[in-house]
This record gives sequence, C-alpha cells and structure tokens, in this order.
Amino acid sequence: MALGTTTMTNDTILKVEHLSMKFGGLMAINDLSLEARRGEITALIGPNGAGKTTVFNCITGFYKPTMGMLTLQRKDGKEYLLERLRDFEITKVAGVARTFQNIRLFSGLTVLENLLVAQHNALMKASGYTILGLLGLPAYRKAVDASIEKAKYWLDKADLTDRADDPAGDLPYGAQRRLEIARAMCTNPELLCLDEPAAGLNPRESAALNTLLHQIRDEGVSILLIEHDMSVVMEISDHVVVLEYGQKISDGSPDHVKNDPRVIAAYLGVEDDEVEEVIAEELDGGTR
Amino acid sequence: MAASTETGHPNVLGKAVREGVFAGVVAFLMFLLFVGIETYQDINNALVWRTRWGLLAIFVLVAAVSRFLSVGFIKPHIDRRKLAKAKSGVLEISEQKSFFHRHFLKIALVFLLVYPFLSLLIVGKQGSLKYVDNFGIQILIYVMLAWGLNIVVGLAGLLDLGYVAFYAVGAYSYALLSSYFGFSFWLLLPMSGILAALWGIILGFPVLRLRGDYLAIVTLAFGEIIRLVLINWTDVTKGTFGISGIAKASFFGIWSFDTGSANSFVKAWGLSASSVYYKIFLFYVILALCMLTAYVTIRLRRMPIGRAWEALREDEIACRSLGINTVTTKLTAFATGAMFGGFAGSFFATRQGFVSPESFVFLESAVILAIVVLGGMGSLTGIAIAAVVMVGGTEVLREMSFLKVVFGPDFTPELYRMLLFGLAMIIVMLFKPRGFVGSREPTAFLKERRAVSGSFTKEGHG
Repeated sequence: MALGTTTMTNDTILKVEHLSMKFGGLMAINDLSLEARRGEITALIGPNGAGKTTVFNCITGFYKPTMGMLTLQRKDGKEYLLERLRDFEITKVAGVARTFQNIRLFSGLTVLENLLVAQHNALMKASGYTILGLLGLPAYRKAVDASIEKAKYWLDKADLTDRADDPAGDLPYGAQRRLEIARAMCTNPELLCLDEPAAGLNPRESAALNTLLHQIRDEGVSILLIEHDMSVVMEISDHVVVLEYGQKISDGSPDHVKNDPRVIAAYLGVEDDEVEEVIAEELDGGTR
Repeated sequence: MAASTETGHPNVLGKAVREGVFAGVVAFLMFLLFVGIETYQDINNALVWRTRWGLLAIFVLVAAVSRFLSVGFIKPHIDRRKLAKAKSGVLEISEQKSFFHRHFLKIALVFLLVYPFLSLLIVGKQGSLKYVDNFGIQILIYVMLAWGLNIVVGLAGLLDLGYVAFYAVGAYSYALLSSYFGFSFWLLLPMSGILAALWGIILGFPVLRLRGDYLAIVTLAFGEIIRLVLINWTDVTKGTFGISGIAKASFFGIWSFDTGSANSFVKAWGLSASSVYYKIFLFYVILALCMLTAYVTIRLRRMPIGRAWEALREDEIACRSLGINTVTTKLTAFATGAMFGGFAGSFFATRQGFVSPESFVFLESAVILAIVVLGGMGSLTGIAIAAVVMVGGTEVLREMSFLKVVFGPDFTPELYRMLLFGLAMIIVMLFKPRGFVGSREPTAFLKERRAVSGSFTKEGHG
C-alpha cells in the first residue's frame, strides 16, 4: 500500500488522519487516513456500505467524527481543522462545498434562484446584513449584479442557461445533477465534494458531467468524489482511494488501483483466504 | 365515464338510481341517531327521547335525490362538455388576462384608500362606524397578522401555532407602558414591535433546533404560557380584568381624538363631534401598517435573507451545505414575523382601549394560521383575499338576521361562525389544495418572470 504513485509536486488540500466513526456498536470508519491533492480529482470508491458517504459527511461536518483529524489547507496557506467547525462554517470559512447522493435542490425556487442562494454569504455581507441592502445602496446593487453574472457563468458551464427561469424541480434528472454541482460551485469552494454525481445518468449525460468536472478542475478547484461507476472513475480521476468495511485497502493512480488484487477481490467478492492467496501469488510474481 | 354517456341513457339512469338508493341508505344510517332521535327534558326534568321521522326523511331524501341527479344528469352533462371541448381542441386556459385581473392590486389599493369616505357618503356618519370599524379595521388587523405570520410559516416554513403570543406582547407592551408611563402611541408602536421581536428571539433560541410537529407543539405551548402569565401576574396585568382606559392614538401629536381636550381634532377642523373621525384615522393607520408589512416582505424576499428563508423551507440540509447559518436565518424569520405581530398588537390595544387575556386565546392563532394556509402560503394577495373572506364572512354573518325567518327566531347566525369557517376551509382545500394563490413569484429572473407552480414548492418541515 504505497502512498500514491503520482508525483508529490502539488501540495495537499485535505489531509484525513486516523479518522474513525462509530455508530453505536458499528464501526463505520476505522482508522482511515488519506490525502487529497490540490488541483486533482480524487475518487473515493468501494463496495456498498464501505463507509464512503460517512467519510463525506465527516468532512463536510454533517457528522462529528468519533476520532481523527481533518485538516484543510486553503490557497492562502491557512489551515482549518474541519472536525472543529460547524457544518455551515465548513462551507463558509473553509471553502468546502458538497452535493448529495439523493439530489437536494430547492425545487420550488427557480434555477437562477438556486444559484443566488448559494452566494448567500457574499451577498449578506454586501447587503450590510440586510439593513444597508434595504436602503438600496449602489454597493449592494453592484454585488447583486456580480452575483447574477456569476450565476450566468455557471449556468453556461452546466448548460442550463435556457432553463434559468424554470423551477429546479421541473428539470430532468441529469440537469438537476449538473445544477447541484453548479450551485455548489457558486459558494466559491476550493474543495468540491461530489457524492455519486454520475448515479442514474445515461452515457451522454455522463460524458457531459466528465467535461464539467474537468472544467472545474482546470479552474483550480480540487474535487473529491464518490463514485460507483468504474468507467467514470478511471476516466476522470487522478488519484483513487478504495475503501472496504471502513478501511483503506488501496490508494494510488487509477491504473495502480485497477490492478490491485485486494481491490479486485473486494469488488468481485472473493473469500478472505483466497485474497491471501491472490496476494501471495502477486508477490511471488514479483510485481512489487 | 365518457364511454358510458356515449352508449345511451338507460345505463346511466340505472346507475344513478343505484347510487341514489345507496346514498339514501348511507344517509339514513348516518343521521338515524343524530337527527331521527332527539333527547329532551320533560316537566319532571327527566331525560326522555322522541323520534323525528319527518326530519330524518327529509335528510335521506335530499341525499338520495341529489346523488341521483348528480350521477344521472349533472355529471354526464359536464363530461359531454369536456369531450366537446377536447374535440374542438381549444385550450381552456386563455393567456389573455382580463383588465380586472391584471390591475387587481391597483384597484384594490384605490378602493381601500377611498373606502372610509365611500362609506361616509353612502351610509352616513353613524352607519359608517360599523363599516369602517367592524369590517375595515377588523379585516386589516387580520391581514397584517397573517402577513406577519406568513414570513414565518409561508416563507421560512416554520410552523408556528403560538403566533398570537407576539400579538399579546405587542398589545400589553402598549397598554402597560402607556398607562404606567404615559408614553404616546407613536413612540410605543415601534417599541412594541421591538419587544415582540425580542420575545421572538428569546422563544426561537431554544426552540429552533426542533423541527416540524415538535416545533409546532412547543410554539403552541409558548402561546399558552404568555396567556397564562398575563392572567396570573395580576400585580402588573390586572389578570382577567384586563387593562382598560388605554390612551387613544393622537394625530401624530398634533391633534388629539379625546373629546374633552383643548387641541381636539374635531374642534380644530370645526366638525361636529363623532367617533367616526377617530375610526377613519385608525383605518388609515392600520392600512399604512399593512402596506409597511407588505413592502418589507416584498423587499426582504428579494434580499439574500429572504431567499435564504425560502431555501430553508425547501431544504434545510442543502442550506447548511451552502454555508448558510440556519439558526440565525430562522431567528431572523421568527423575529421579523413577531415584530409585525407586535405592531398589530399595539394597534389593537389603542383601537380597543381595552386588553385582556381573552383576546389572545389559541383560537386566534389558529384563525391567523388558517388565513395563511387558505390564502396560499407565501402569497400576499392570496392571504389578503383569505382574510377578507374569513374575517369579513364572520362579520357578515352577524348581519344575516333574515336567516331567523328560515330557521326560527332563536337562531343566532354568529354562533355558526366556526361551522362555516370549517366548511369554507374544506371546500377551498378540496378545490385549491395550495390555497387561493398556490403559485410562487420568483425573486429574480434572467429572461422572463414565470410563476412557479405550487406543485414544486414545499411546505417546510420546521
């Protein structure tokens, strides 16, 4: 389990150390350590129930981890300990945005409004916490214009400009996925966490999603994603971490992970003693 | 259904007879004990019973015949009309709205502005007392309360069953501060609003971690606590006796409406003494307060905080994932709603000249909430219409003395207020489950402003 075969030229944006999460007697995550590097797409994969979403919920503050340290380093060098921040502060202060496995849009608001709500904190400040905004000062109006420009930019990226004035609940499934990503991007994140963004998409929508994710990465935003669809993972990610039963079983480049016997065993469901055999064979074969 | 109308009448009539008989049997079973048998006390005060077969027969016949007619004739007729329309391919909804529809708000506002003078002209001074006070002011107070509650329930999606508590805080703030310290209405109006908002925050802080049903129950309890404190803290509030002789509002300190005072409004303008001028003045005060509430609500909806309220109603978890502090967002909604309740309360105190805990029972909260739900959560126009229908309707009921001719001399129509209230709610909710105005106006748009259908918006879960 060598720590990554990719070069270490990029600095780390997120460092998870000795993360454990217990639900009653169930150990959902057991002493997990991983790193996500700045400007890269890191994928978190594993069979159902491996604890991927739990890791996400710990990173984004929806769960308080039982143990462990989650360090996020922003571009300006400031470090934040995510397990000590409240959930909304993780987005507001530390610059981590997320999407959900089951899409959570504001379905009664229009697509544009969804993107404006995401800019809440910036607009709140510009409106002098509502009081100055009620007076309609020019500084606030400028901020509103800027927020609409930003929304337009992401509408264009997500290919939703035509539907900007429709209620979000009226969009087809694939468009809702893209809107959720665009909404998360409107919070100005440095790390974007996507929980199964390709779930339920058809091949064409899936390809559009890959393009969108590459564009986001090219803007300098790091991505951490959970995905089941191996083709998506192998195609877009720079770095893959594999979980099984709350523990890391492999970590490295897509090619490295793809050929890791433990990963193959985990996905194909080989018996434990057989895994030992497979590993022994691999080692005998002199691949390492 | 359409196929059976095509095949001919005997089939439909047979079905109608069957359904009619069935309805008659159901009605007979339902009303047998309620209507067919009556208990009463005889001369010795013993409880005995007698039968009312005639009345029961009328009930059963009405049910059976109306079911027969509806299945046999009315429904086929409607179906034929629908079929004809579908064949001709004409859309039922026309895009062109009528003049009245398009300018509804302007017409309504102009009407409200001239309403007191209109009633003066038509029914004279003495007659317009009733129309300005009982109808105008009474309805507008409820419009304001419902618009205030709309911020909490309609926009932020927090179910508040104790809204009347803030109304009470406002009313007692004015009543107590004016009678103990002699402060004027115009000083105490903003102060009662601020005090009510403060109570909103004090209540909200521990309560807002609760969601949905739990929040509703706790706010209900809070409403009752405030009322019980008002009843039992007799040293300050005089308990159930209430506080009377509350000072009238002055014309911004220039003229007074007290008949005896030196700078009385009536004397200054050389008018004959009548309380109608004060009522008209109060009408414009509450109208201005309503307009303020509407203006602030409309402005706030377009501000980030207002959008955050609506987002909170739609999905709280998504809000948190976008970096929105849901606790402060909920608190501001609670405080803003409570503030308008406080304004309305202090106005209520000065208008009545008397406050007692009787005015702030749970039923008031329920009525205000019912107005918000009937009107369509979030829609100012719908809520105003609902307030007119609900409050105006109960006032109209008092006027319906002709019903005594029908139901006998001991019939008091206003006693049936709640019955009609319930009936109206059921009918509206059957035909318009999202209230009078179920759609939502978006707060921002790129190309065109299109109303969002009520089927997409959520009610919120606290």
